[in-house]
Amino acid sequence: MGELKQTPLTRWHEEHGARMVPFAGYTMPVQYTGVLAEHAAVRERVGLFDITHMGEVYVAGPGAEAWLSGLVTNTIGGIEVGKVVYTTMCNEQGRCLDDMLIYRLAAERWLVVMNASNHAKIAAWLRKHLPASGVALDDASDRTGLIAVQGPASRELVGRLGRLARRGADLDLLDFYTGFACAGPGGEWIVSRTGYTGEHGYELYLPNADMLPVWTELLAQGADLGVEPIGLAARDTLRFEASYCLYGHELSEDWTPLEAGIGWAVKLKKPGGFIGRDALAAQKAAGPARTLVGLEVTGGPIAREGAEVFAAGRKVGFVTSGTFAPTLQKKLALALIEAKSAGADLAVDVRGKRLACKRVALPFLAARVKGDPRAERTLS
Amino acid sequence: MIPNDRKYTQEHEWVQVEGEIGIVGITDHAASELGDIVYVDLPEVGAEFSAGDSVGSIESVKAVADLYLPVSGEIVEVNPALDGDPGLVNSSPLDDGWMVKVRLVDPAELDSLLDAAGYEELLG
Repeated sequence: MGELKQTPLTRWHEEHGARMVPFAGYTMPVQYTGVLAEHAAVRERVGLFDITHMGEVYVAGPGAEAWLSGLVTNTIGGIEVGKVVYTTMCNEQGRCLDDMLIYRLAAERWLVVMNASNHAKIAAWLRKHLPASGVALDDASDRTGLIAVQGPASRELVGRLGRLARRGADLDLLDFYTGFACAGPGGEWIVSRTGYTGEHGYELYLPNADMLPVWTELLAQGADLGVEPIGLAARDTLRFEASYCLYGHELSEDWTPLEAGIGWAVKLKKPGGFIGRDALAAQKAAGPARTLVGLEVTGGPIAREGAEVFAAGRKVGFVTSGTFAPTLQKKLALALIEAKSAGADLAVDVRGKRLACKRVALPFLAARVKGDPRAERTLS
Repeated sequence: MIPNDRKYTQEHEWVQVEGEIGIVGITDHAASELGDIVYVDLPEVGAEFSAGDSVGSIESVKAVADLYLPVSGEIVEVNPALDGDPGLVNSSPLDDGWMVKVRLVDPAELDSLLDAAGYEELLG
């Protein structure tokens, strides 16, 4: 395995009481004060995440647009500069290699942001499919840091960064899933209105040298807003509650994005086609055999990842993620089950006990990523 | 730091004896390692167990741990407050966050448990 990689903030995390864990080859903060308090800070105020472990690959050249389009399931061809697209990348069988963000930074310059755990696999996949000319790859992961600023006070906080303060209008115009590049002390910054928490938020791609100054400036500027550093544990409960797929849980090379419930990111009719299209088209026509559902277990233990799901005594699937949802105060699970059993009475096996559970509509918690970041959330 | 009014196990439970009743919980160290506790599954009152039996489970957001009974006996009470407020185990692991009361069948078992100094040594 070798030595774990550090981020420009690793020492800061260690000095500020973070519990560090190995994650995708990095040593990363899993929590600072506690997962429930950190989760609440993001839902109610604003939190900062060091997610430098994510992989960033720039794709440039006259052939970049058509080539990249042929590798991913969502539409990226013809999108405006500044737009960001969430997509999956599939193999020929239509099974998911990774989910990712794709930024159009200029007419012929793109940024692909992938999961840390899939970085090596996707970088190799890109190289394998690279044409002889017209497309250049630049893997910037080791020189690029990433800070996510998430929560209802994130607009206020990001606007207080000295480097962005005079770009207040740009920030106000930044719609969900758009971004812009600007100059920073250490090199180019990319600022986008993106995130994976279900809250209004931003992600800041920074040169390594700018990471610590920006992190500490955000903490100092956000003191009156109640800003807190947030670990990976709360990042997971936040995305889980918003029912966003996490690779290795809801997404896998063992099934397709259609089965994982993100068919909206699969555009079967887009011009030029893409790897996996035919398999996905066939699956869509036949109806996916499996489907991702939300489950609630009342009054008992938590049905965690791997717990088997039963209908009428027969195994029909398994839990992909399960935990206590802190904002909803419920024990919930996402499970991949046979589509034909989706309407049946379901039970889940937790350490040998068969527990009745009820179907819950997804998302568990509606995202609050558009409109006024300070808007009240109503919990159903 | 480690109170010497009770005994401890290698698995980070404590038992405090009052007469023939032992009050059982998990240590500050165990609660802190688990993180925010969101569910505690406790045994039925009246059930009888041997020392070392798993009698329940303690679930945090990220993990689940067994509750092992430090001494043999019959469960005479479970902490009713933990159902509605499992976070008591984090905020007060040694007092309000107690888990079960057990009627001891063999007080001599206590001699094989760690005292405060021994538990402190275990934590290193």
